[in-house]
Amino acid sequence: MDTLASAPKAKEPVETLSRVVIRFAGDSGDGMQLTGTQFTATAAAVGNDLATFPDYPAEIRAPAGTLPGVSGFQINFSSEDIFTPGDAPDVLVAMNPAALRANIKDLRPGGILVVNTDAFRETDLAKAGYAKNPLEDGSLSGFRLYQVEITRLTRAALKETGLPQRIQDRCKNFFALGMMYYLYHRSMDVSVRWIQHKFAKKPELVQANTLALKGGYAYCEAAEIFPVTYEVPPAHLLPGLYRNISGNQALALGLVAAAQKSGLPLFLGSYPITPASDILHELSQYKNFGVYTFQAEDEIAAIGAALGASFAGSIGLTTTSGPGMALKMEFIGLAIMVELPLVIVDIQRGGPSTGLPTKTEQADLLQAIFGRPSEAPCIVIAARSASDCFEAAYEAVRLSITHMTPVILLSDGSIANGAEPWRLPKIEELAPVDARFRTEREGFLPYARDPRTLARSWAVPGTPGLEHRIGGIEKSDGTGAISYEPANHEHMVRLRAEKVARVAQDIPPSQVDGDPDGLLVVGWGSTYGAITGAVRRARAEGLRVAHLHLRHLSPLPADVGPILARYGRILVPEMNMGQLAMILRARFLRETTSLNKIQGQPFKESEILEGIRASASGGGR
Amino acid sequence: MSAGTLTKKDFASDQEVRWCPGCGDYAILSSVQSVFPELGIPRENFVVVSGIGCAARFPYYMNTFGFHSIHGRAPAVATGVKVANPDLSVWIATGDGDALSIGGNHIIHLMRRNVDVKVMLFNNRIYGLTKGQYSPTSEIGKRTKSTPFGSVDRPFNPISVAIGSGATFVSRSVDVYAAHLKEVLTAAAHHRGTAFIEIFQNCNIFNDGAWEPYREKELRDDNLLHLRHGQPLVFGKSADKGIRLKGPFEPEVVALGSGVSESDLLVHDVRGPLPYAFMLAQMEAPAFPVPVGVYRDVEAPIFDAAMRDQVAEVTAKKGPGDLRALLYGGETWEVR
Repeated sequence: MDTLASAPKAKEPVETLSRVVIRFAGDSGDGMQLTGTQFTATAAAVGNDLATFPDYPAEIRAPAGTLPGVSGFQINFSSEDIFTPGDAPDVLVAMNPAALRANIKDLRPGGILVVNTDAFRETDLAKAGYAKNPLEDGSLSGFRLYQVEITRLTRAALKETGLPQRIQDRCKNFFALGMMYYLYHRSMDVSVRWIQHKFAKKPELVQANTLALKGGYAYCEAAEIFPVTYEVPPAHLLPGLYRNISGNQALALGLVAAAQKSGLPLFLGSYPITPASDILHELSQYKNFGVYTFQAEDEIAAIGAALGASFAGSIGLTTTSGPGMALKMEFIGLAIMVELPLVIVDIQRGGPSTGLPTKTEQADLLQAIFGRPSEAPCIVIAARSASDCFEAAYEAVRLSITHMTPVILLSDGSIANGAEPWRLPKIEELAPVDARFRTEREGFLPYARDPRTLARSWAVPGTPGLEHRIGGIEKSDGTGAISYEPANHEHMVRLRAEKVARVAQDIPPSQVDGDPDGLLVVGWGSTYGAITGAVRRARAEGLRVAHLHLRHLSPLPADVGPILARYGRILVPEMNMGQLAMILRARFLRETTSLNKIQGQPFKESEILEGIRASASGGGR
Repeated sequence: MSAGTLTKKDFASDQEVRWCPGCGDYAILSSVQSVFPELGIPRENFVVVSGIGCAARFPYYMNTFGFHSIHGRAPAVATGVKVANPDLSVWIATGDGDALSIGGNHIIHLMRRNVDVKVMLFNNRIYGLTKGQYSPTSEIGKRTKSTPFGSVDRPFNPISVAIGSGATFVSRSVDVYAAHLKEVLTAAAHHRGTAFIEIFQNCNIFNDGAWEPYREKELRDDNLLHLRHGQPLVFGKSADKGIRLKGPFEPEVVALGSGVSESDLLVHDVRGPLPYAFMLAQMEAPAFPVPVGVYRDVEAPIFDAAMRDQVAEVTAKKGPGDLRALLYGGETWEVR
């Protein structure tokens, strides 16, 4: 590959590794997210499999140098298949004492630790709560510690620019990036191109950042600070064209793709909320795809406008996170009642209430399935990885239009912001999204139904002769006329439930990965990567174990019951208190073991592996 | 249905109207059904949207497209409808509780954005559908089921709210004053942008007589001030009284004759300065006659049109979206 070949050969001995986990950590103003995404873009260009995990504070700028202000970005890159951003980092780059203190517990024993010693003055140590300098007290002796004057060296590299020191210091993240590029034999081309593009209108910043990047690289080369350098060859991924993508980007693209396939405009009503806002940002760029983005006055207006747009023949969409979901529920109930398509995207975060806005959780499952007044079933599906957000979003639109009912799509903070390689789909192989408006006047009834799906027809305003009224009041089937008849209400409640239940007949058979009996690990959403990795390791250890991962959560696929029946034990790992487990137990009367993590952080493979070992050996009950 | 041949009957739905006998809503329904066929708009292009309340049943009785949504949220639904299809004539039927209490946030933003939607606010100063609690337009001291010792809430003035929100068309009429109401509705229909129409509406069950001085034929001429663009502010059965300024934006009622002539009076200007419109809004009984008609009618960029223009502009500049280029764009690499 060009980019790989153009990387100069290092002088040090070279070791080849199959996978490496690096964590960049610094102050939230230090540009660690940018550093991480740049390393990611380069790893993608090299052809590694990869997964990333940005972890940043809710405060835009917490007090500089303090623990709450620490921002981190972890990347796992590999020559083999990987499924998660990695458990313990092999390398930690700590730009200040707070970053060191917050992250050192995760660095694997013997791991590489690069610190910016210029940020270890007494005041810096005090802000991070260090009584003694950890660089001097021997507490880091279990790691391969590299003390680098990153600030001073960056200034030296940028001397000729004549830029103010404040600006020069902002480039030190690129110095650190250059060091990592050297250590892992990476070309700087991708980042140099990015810098040129990003700062096209500010040539002085192109120069400064490029100098810092190359300075970090050259420093390692000249000073020979690393005794060994490493190569991570390209991964053997499935053949195809790939790009690196985050979950929220993939989700936005999936929505646009489905809208394009349907031939209908996409109308997003949204109110900014972490970690969903990026979908609004993404979609607002795609106006030439017939995408209308409406930043509403609140969460309720956002979904209300989306439902109004659906009524008028657009694909109505709203995006939010848990607190916003709670506000939208009355409108979701109305959408169920008037039987219009509507896609509701919930990027889950730690809760309840404001909770942990920038951290992940998957505790909105019960809210999505049951969180409305009365009997109000709708379709609920979940994305399982960053790239899978594309397919999940596409499926959400398709189901909503086909079945004329709202669809809730669940994602969460970890896959929304995390990135991985995405094997690009063939446009012509995307499933059809068949949107048809009723125009035939003869025999028109607003609530006449397709006999197979029970979906009603979509008759949009502006269609002559199809004038009709819809609303939240109970109605007679067919005519849609208001009806308070007791028996009619029961009929309609059962009908709406049956309509959603019948979605199951179109769900393809579930895939079970692993052994045909023994322990079944059942997951949904973003735990996919960690469960997949853990199940593979467990099977390599000789345990009999399999993995079922659910895309469709309401209705469940028809084969879930028979699959559960084949296994003696069932383990359900969830980043909540056991919400899917509750549903499985209630629905199938099966004993399950829950493995719960509610720390705002995704599962590590090792944590799930532990759970599998305990369950497989009969413990953990 | 071709717009030219429509009649009032074409706008009556097959649903039995279920407001209380004697409710002011019947008169409003009749006026709206009379005005719609005269607007030159095909019937299928009308959409009536509502929230919750007695007024919100309105769409069921109109043989147009209709959406009875949830409490307070009609402006949100209407915005989505109008942006999705700007050819539609979108009308909201709302009440004082629906628009100004639970839906307060939406109504102000609808008017701020200037979405091309017509808002008919049926103001009866009471909660009717929930059987008689005070509303955000009820007067202080009002005794209702929820305020047995009198309400201590200060009321909203809907016209002030509309003007304050930047509405480009602000008007007021009376449910049973059919000729006037039709005139105002027609003017609202022709306005480009949000048109706000407060309609004094009588709830004969829970707040009967709230607007009596303005509804009764014998009384209303002395109590209503008809706003007509370019005309002096004259009122009274014999058009013998008027409004003039005694200080900056400080109106007073004067009798015409005995040294006061029409040339001393304020002349109505629908495009007048905001403080003038606001001053009119503050004129309340018993010190003043209540202004009805069009307070304000100005032009401003229209939200739904601007949104569509932007989509068209970006499309013209970038070309129609190419899905393949979108998905396959950015840095890609091939695995063989």
